[in-house]
Amino acid sequence: MQITVNVNGAEYTREVEARLLLIHFLRDELRLTGSHWGCDTSNCGACVVWLDDTPVKSCTVLTAMADGHEVRTVEDLERDGVLDPIQQGFAECHGLQCGFCTPGMMLTARWLLDRVPDPSTEEIREALSGQICRCTGYENIVRSVRWAAEHADADQRLDHDSGEDGSNQAEHDGGPG
Amino acid sequence: MTATSGRGMNGAYGPMLRKEDARFIRGKGTFVDDIHLPGMLHGAILRSPLAHARIVSIDVAAAEAHPKVKAVITGRLLEGRKLAWMPTLSHDVQAVLATDKVRFQGQEVAFVVAEDRYSARDALELINVEYERLPVVIDATKALDHGAPVIRDDVAGKQDNHIFDWAAGDKAATDAVFAAADVVVAQDMLYPRSHPAPLETCGTVADMDTVSGKLTVWSTSQAPHAHRTLYALVAALPEHKIRIVSPDIGGGFGNKVPIYPGYLCAVIGSILTGRPVKWVEDRSENLMSTSFARDYHMHGEIAATREGRILGLRATVLADHGAFNGSAQPSKFPAGFFHIFTGSYDLQAAHCQVTGVYTNKAPGGVAYACSFRVTEAVYLVERLVDVLALELEADPAELRMKNLLRPEQFPYTTPTGWEYDSGNYAHTLQVALDLAGYADLRREQQEKRVRGELMGIGISFFTEGVGAGPRKHMDILGMGMADGADLRVHPTGTAVLGISCQTQGQGHETTFAQIVAQELGISPDDVEVVHGDTDRTPFGLGTYGSRSTPVSGAAAAVVARKVRERARIVAAAMLEASPDDLEWDNGRWQVRGDPEQGRTIAEIAMAAHSALELPEGIEGHLDAEAVYNPPNLTYPYGAYICVADVDPGTGQVALRRFIAVDDCGVRINPMIVEGQIHGGLADGVGMALMQVIAFDEDGNCLGGSFMDYLLPTSMECPSWELGETVTPCPHHPIGAKGVGESATVGSPAAVVNAVIDALKPFGVRHADMPLTPANVWCAIQGHPLRTDLAIP
Amino acid sequence: MQVPAYVEYEKATSVEHALALLARFGPEARILAGGHSLIPMMKLRIAQPETLIDINGLSELSYIKVTDGELRIGAMTRHAQLLDSAVAGKHFAILHDAEKVIADPIVRNWGTVGGSLCQADPSEDLSATFAALKATMVIQDPAGSRTVPAREFHTGPYETVVAPGELLTEIRIAIRPGGGSSYEKVGRRVGDWPVGAAGAAIWLAGATIAEAGVGLTAVGAQHFSAAEAEEFLRGAPATEASFARAGEIAAEHCRPSSDQRGPADYKRHLAQELTVRALRKALRRARPQDA
Repeated sequence: MQITVNVNGAEYTREVEARLLLIHFLRDELRLTGSHWGCDTSNCGACVVWLDDTPVKSCTVLTAMADGHEVRTVEDLERDGVLDPIQQGFAECHGLQCGFCTPGMMLTARWLLDRVPDPSTEEIREALSGQICRCTGYENIVRSVRWAAEHADADQRLDHDSGEDGSNQAEHDGGPG
Repeated sequence: MTATSGRGMNGAYGPMLRKEDARFIRGKGTFVDDIHLPGMLHGAILRSPLAHARIVSIDVAAAEAHPKVKAVITGRLLEGRKLAWMPTLSHDVQAVLATDKVRFQGQEVAFVVAEDRYSARDALELINVEYERLPVVIDATKALDHGAPVIRDDVAGKQDNHIFDWAAGDKAATDAVFAAADVVVAQDMLYPRSHPAPLETCGTVADMDTVSGKLTVWSTSQAPHAHRTLYALVAALPEHKIRIVSPDIGGGFGNKVPIYPGYLCAVIGSILTGRPVKWVEDRSENLMSTSFARDYHMHGEIAATREGRILGLRATVLADHGAFNGSAQPSKFPAGFFHIFTGSYDLQAAHCQVTGVYTNKAPGGVAYACSFRVTEAVYLVERLVDVLALELEADPAELRMKNLLRPEQFPYTTPTGWEYDSGNYAHTLQVALDLAGYADLRREQQEKRVRGELMGIGISFFTEGVGAGPRKHMDILGMGMADGADLRVHPTGTAVLGISCQTQGQGHETTFAQIVAQELGISPDDVEVVHGDTDRTPFGLGTYGSRSTPVSGAAAAVVARKVRERARIVAAAMLEASPDDLEWDNGRWQVRGDPEQGRTIAEIAMAAHSALELPEGIEGHLDAEAVYNPPNLTYPYGAYICVADVDPGTGQVALRRFIAVDDCGVRINPMIVEGQIHGGLADGVGMALMQVIAFDEDGNCLGGSFMDYLLPTSMECPSWELGETVTPCPHHPIGAKGVGESATVGSPAAVVNAVIDALKPFGVRHADMPLTPANVWCAIQGHPLRTDLAIP
Repeated sequence: MQVPAYVEYEKATSVEHALALLARFGPEARILAGGHSLIPMMKLRIAQPETLIDINGLSELSYIKVTDGELRIGAMTRHAQLLDSAVAGKHFAILHDAEKVIADPIVRNWGTVGGSLCQADPSEDLSATFAALKATMVIQDPAGSRTVPAREFHTGPYETVVAPGELLTEIRIAIRPGGGSSYEKVGRRVGDWPVGAAGAAIWLAGATIAEAGVGLTAVGAQHFSAAEAEEFLRGAPATEASFARAGEIAAEHCRPSSDQRGPADYKRHLAQELTVRALRKALRRARPQDA
């Protein structure tokens, strides 16, 4: 079946099977690999994206259900080279270690801050309670969200990025060499 | 906001923000499943639904006929290439794809290679396997019973399920101490089967270039060089034509140390099809078939004087290793470092005996930040100390204070042969007690008890042994556990450090840059750390057992000092002075007494590449390499205190506070150290309260998904309260000890001790992890649950 | 991650259209609402429908309103919407109590009230919640609609009275004065299915309980309710002693099974303990001036 989904502001029309999960559409079809998956039972939240301004577990949504709707992924947080305060907060407060749960955590936090600009640490923990992190023990994630709440107007780049796009030594899409 | 923003920095050491964050916060990491290669195919594994069964037949015709299937691999096909079995890290063998029998639920039976992951999954249902059920061995305590089904009949002459017996300590001396002691307390305790469950599951993209014969394998591997050597040995491929790349890894925790059948099948699939093959397991496969952790049935005894002086410890352990002995530890130590179970105390004698057995469960055992079974050892001793405190009606903090090793006793050789490097234990415990407000907590507890409210305080004081290890004593499959580093300084003075360990989130790209920066007086931003790619990095045994800082970190410091010494010689030539007249100050080699005459590393590097006449011993650059063979393990330690409230009506446990004071020697990046500790503390919460991989009597795995294998969320974890003490390691180049697993090692006992303490009014002495609400309530009723089997 | 088997897909544009599609595709078709019960089962291939009929576009089924003295909840209401609804919480605090402990915040954004009820998992919290409130389900078919009391909605684990060609469209709860309600759940962890849970709703006449509803989750209570305990409470004084006895009766009449969440005797104990706690809290809410 043919579907059209608006992802991060751009329209994509593709031929897909009805059973194709949204997370696989984003990762394998559109090559937006910033969203991850980590379980089979909708528990871990590594796959959280926004569907029409609402965080959902994209492993439990069919691509067909997103037909005609809008999806926002982690790749959309940075705008014109300027990081979202939530991204800055995670870097400032060591809110990530392996980085696998991070996109989902940031998207839920962004959504929370849009509705509750000054959340308590209890509210933050509750909002993130459907998402698992294996590395951080959650403390610094909470601090990262608090940082973003307190620096809502921050629009600085992280100096030590030096304008790089953040590529690392392992190839992203290519072969050896 | 700068990376090295000056806050709390001590030279290059300090809470520098992480360099690797730039890609992760943008969703631009490269994890194995992110990799797309032209023509790439997808693999899927058909797994056994039964725990023990003979394979009567496997019919793959319908799967092979699926229009999108390119290959179906079975054990029989592998047998023809002598690849049906592969060596494990414990000198056993493991089936790659089952041939004669399946020996655990979830065991690999067939491998399908198809155009896309959905077709691969569909094709699994087209494979028809006929099984003949066999009786199972699930209860480890029955594995050695007379007449128990023999699991490993693939081993010639094997008549039972026994794997090994191992002992440490002086049995006669220990027995004598126990016989003469005033008080002897015994306790059985289970450290249940658990699983590291990193958020990213295991996977591989294997790409055999059939023209050049070069095999490139992107893999979730914590030990890429070791994997390369193993592939060469197992698959008879030339090692110089194998490249293993560990890209970004979403958590390792020991789960990603072994080579799994799926990896090998992907390699074979690529060889057969001539195309890249990706295999990434799903979560149930991860939980049911990859390296589990723990599963130690322990019987511990502690001997003491009536005044509370601990005299001796002894333990017998039944170790459930699953169907194949695949645990990953230095080969001389089949029970890992369990014999560190004497803990942090000054004892007269100790003895332990460990028996390993096969059961119809997945292989593994050493994983999940255990530091090679130190988790089990620390849990045993810290629970025994609390049981002793109960018996003596002593305060658990005072009892520990009375028995902790004293600073003047270091270096201290334990009754089982460990040489602890340094420690000021009582000081660390006092810092924790003060942070917790221990006296106030005990007062509050008293008041609550009068009102029938349950509140508990649990202490855990642990000594870790990490940084394996001296190659004379420690090897994995014959590869000594030394690690290498190479450092190149470019003409413009920036540097590239190649290390053999690699990161799964520990921040090596930052901390190792800080090490080099500190030694060379350059900015950490000017040091690029290369890791994870065997084509670009020196040989080493990988990242696990908290060994990165103790071993690779030492190698990085040593190689940087080599470079600095070369720079001294070149600087002397530049300054027309003698090298002995130069001193190192703040990033410059300068003439002693005439500091104007000095050169920075950048200036020296440029000169080393120039036309300058170079002295003897310098060939044209400053580059150096080093292999660090650690003289000993390092011994980080800590004092943890947990405060728990228990609802007697439901058995629910709420963790109110958790105080953690760690001493890991010199801290390169305190921010990263604290992050490591936070993560490990959450592990303790999970293991103590909710995590377990249990089995029913048919061998069905009851922890095969995140609905049943529960991991702690932001709601169950309190806000961690951290303190620190710093007692440098005397034998490490920068005095650092490593910390990655400390919190996972020390925290479970603190939580369990807190809950058992809360239940004291009910006369509860012990209950096994996990202390779920049901288990706590049952303990209150006088019959805590057996947690490794199905609840009857 | 596991993935579903091949399936056909239709998008419904109205309730009538959905019913027509159900008729056309027969019993092997399944309604796809939030999908957070169905899609996980499809991924594990426990459920393998031939056709999915997506009703997420039926905004006419997404509402929470008071009409004719009833709180009416459209079946497509997302869990998060019910949790956020001031009017729902004002009349029936039990709805907020229950929604707060269903799954997790992200799942609640997409899973629906109707979807959970139709999934009919014995551990599903809303079944007992609506049973305690003596709610009524509205089921539509091409010929019209019928109402079914919440207590007759379920016929067994994963089975409801909604026939293959029918659609659950609404849940109705009569609003009566003098009421208070609450839900108490024990789980091994946040987001886990309950080990046991109890919901209570009482309506007072002076110091006496005029009407009572007690719902039980995951303990094998018939129709997710404790009818015998309710019978006892009706006309009884609203006291601690009454609640204690009601708890005992509720525990006597449930049939919990042992599983990895806990042994049967513990669950039976929870049925008792949580019934008492839910009643206590319901009373405090019925008489806030006494709190």
